[in-house]
Amino acid sequence: MALAQLKTDATEARLAGAVLPEAAAWANEARASALARVRQMGLPTKRDEYWKYTDPTTLTAVDAPEAALFVNDEGPLFADVDRLRIVFVDGVFDPEASDDLQSEGVEVERLSDAMQADIHWVKDIYGVLEARGQKPVERPLAALNTALATDGIVIRATAKVTKPINFIYLHQDVASDAVLHNVGKVVAGAEVTLLETGPAAARFSKQLEVDVAEGGTFHHVRAQGRDHERRAITHCFARIAANSSFKSFTLTFNGVLTRNECVLEIMGDDAVAHVAGACVGDGKDFHHDDTVFVTHDAVNCESRQVFKKVLRNGATGVFQGKILVKEGAQKTDGYQISQSLLLDDDSQFQAKPELEIYADDVACSHGSTSGAIDETALFYLRSRGVALADARNLLTLSFLAEALDEIEDSTLADALRDRLEGWLARHS
Amino acid sequence: MLEIKGLKVKLEEEDKQILKGVDLNIEPGTVHAIMGPNGSGKSTLSYVLSGRDGYEVTDGAASLLGEDVLEMEPEERAAAGLFLAFQYPVEIPGGGNMTFLRTAVNAQRKARGEEELSAGDFLKVVREKAKSLKIDADMLKRPVNVGFSGGEKKRNEILQMAMLEPKMCILDETDSGLDVDAMKLVSEGVNALRSEGRAFLVITHYQRLLDHIKPDVVHIMADGKIVKSGGPELALEVENNGYADILAEVA
Repeated sequence: MALAQLKTDATEARLAGAVLPEAAAWANEARASALARVRQMGLPTKRDEYWKYTDPTTLTAVDAPEAALFVNDEGPLFADVDRLRIVFVDGVFDPEASDDLQSEGVEVERLSDAMQADIHWVKDIYGVLEARGQKPVERPLAALNTALATDGIVIRATAKVTKPINFIYLHQDVASDAVLHNVGKVVAGAEVTLLETGPAAARFSKQLEVDVAEGGTFHHVRAQGRDHERRAITHCFARIAANSSFKSFTLTFNGVLTRNECVLEIMGDDAVAHVAGACVGDGKDFHHDDTVFVTHDAVNCESRQVFKKVLRNGATGVFQGKILVKEGAQKTDGYQISQSLLLDDDSQFQAKPELEIYADDVACSHGSTSGAIDETALFYLRSRGVALADARNLLTLSFLAEALDEIEDSTLADALRDRLEGWLARHS
Repeated sequence: MLEIKGLKVKLEEEDKQILKGVDLNIEPGTVHAIMGPNGSGKSTLSYVLSGRDGYEVTDGAASLLGEDVLEMEPEERAAAGLFLAFQYPVEIPGGGNMTFLRTAVNAQRKARGEEELSAGDFLKVVREKAKSLKIDADMLKRPVNVGFSGGEKKRNEILQMAMLEPKMCILDETDSGLDVDAMKLVSEGVNALRSEGRAFLVITHYQRLLDHIKPDVVHIMADGKIVKSGGPELALEVENNGYADILAEVA
């Protein structure tokens, strides 16, 4: 049987029995056209160029593999931060466990409610940014998410919002298969911080579409925890207008499979787009993939991609990062670095950095390295009395520090650093 | 304090003998200097004593206060009171200097069964000691040795020594890369630590450093052995005539 037919069959198998939630006409249409995109592209297989280093089989399978719950006594992340808590349990919004959705300077609404309205600002974003992000690289799992998402939250920041919004993803059912879709809008001159924490589900498909208008600022800090067997495919699509700023950071612990795709489109002059991540993985079954695509389509904009991975006991890390500078996007300042610290010979890191530039007055640089712990530094620390395991952890943290430094808010960065120290202590 | 007997060491990776029978006995409260031409084995001696990988002891022994140091892990040697001031202090990006110092001090205290220093107590002591070495708050906050000048790195080594209060201090070419003022500052830092219960082994190429840190005994090392020992005047002889005369004399 031809490969194309196999792909079609696999896609139809996944879609069989899928029920598109009913809502207002525009929402039904957004879902239907997303479904058409999925059918047209077909779900990914390992033969696809974009999935060469990560096997999507368990992400596209009809049934989600189970994932045991991980219990520890760390308590909720960012507990000391005054934040608006929005809780999902296995991908279902839990109003009882959440704070009241009223917060100053921001409108917060459940996606399903927003989709009931005949006219809603979400209409111009939901599935729209995702559809734009399908070119030049197809992302069928994102379209699948747009079609099938059963829950989500939409936020619209209309002022400088002081209180961060925290999506808390609890995982309580070993067999949960969650599909969430969140939407954000930052109106001109507004500012908001979104935090996302927790393991979410046994299998988690999550999408975030963000539209940042002129002079707006969107901060995003995410910690993907901790349950070892969980799987996640996440997408972030952002449209970034003139003079605005988008900054996203993700810390990933454990998880047998994580693929985080981030697709940023800089549309207006003098804008800034940063995306960074740190991950720590232990064990042969750990696989973490950061796939990033930044498009410069305006003058005098800056983009940064900073990714660091610590891999041990046969863990695998993947980085696919691209900077596309379109014709006329002069004075672009693009930077990309991906680095891995391999703590043994069995672990591996695969990196595919790409630059594609059609403007002649730009500064773009990229680098990628893989290395072991520096033996001289290790001896230096030990000669000062630091025990071997502690010295290793100290150097591991020091390796990750450059990525953590991308987080502007030091309180949030410190909270993540504490979690990292805890992880290292448990795994040393 | 430190007793080295017939120490023979070769490189692990290649069959090359570096130390060919070193004997050295350093009493508490004294300062010994080792001088010698390049490649004579001075730095190797400091690395072997502090436990760096890559060397194999083929014969002989070394003990610190009666304990066999060669059997210990590097961190155990540190806790037992040994300190090596590096010729090339290592840069550790991402880790704050102050945090590093506190981690080291408390790791050693813990290893010795002593109570860890509180953040407040530690801060008080470190500020005072840093001040005398002209190390400012910014240097304490910055990542360890990252972006430090040569002089700043060496001052930072002495600050670590002052905080860790070791019994046996080995200074490996601490004068390399220092201008006159920095050498004075570093020497003052070392001299402030001289005491009855502490001994120093100063490894250097030049007599200059020994003008500031006055040694009790000077040893000349050549081809993996100590070939001559004497008083401070031996260093002056080297300064005036080079090593050639001495080496010819013992040959």
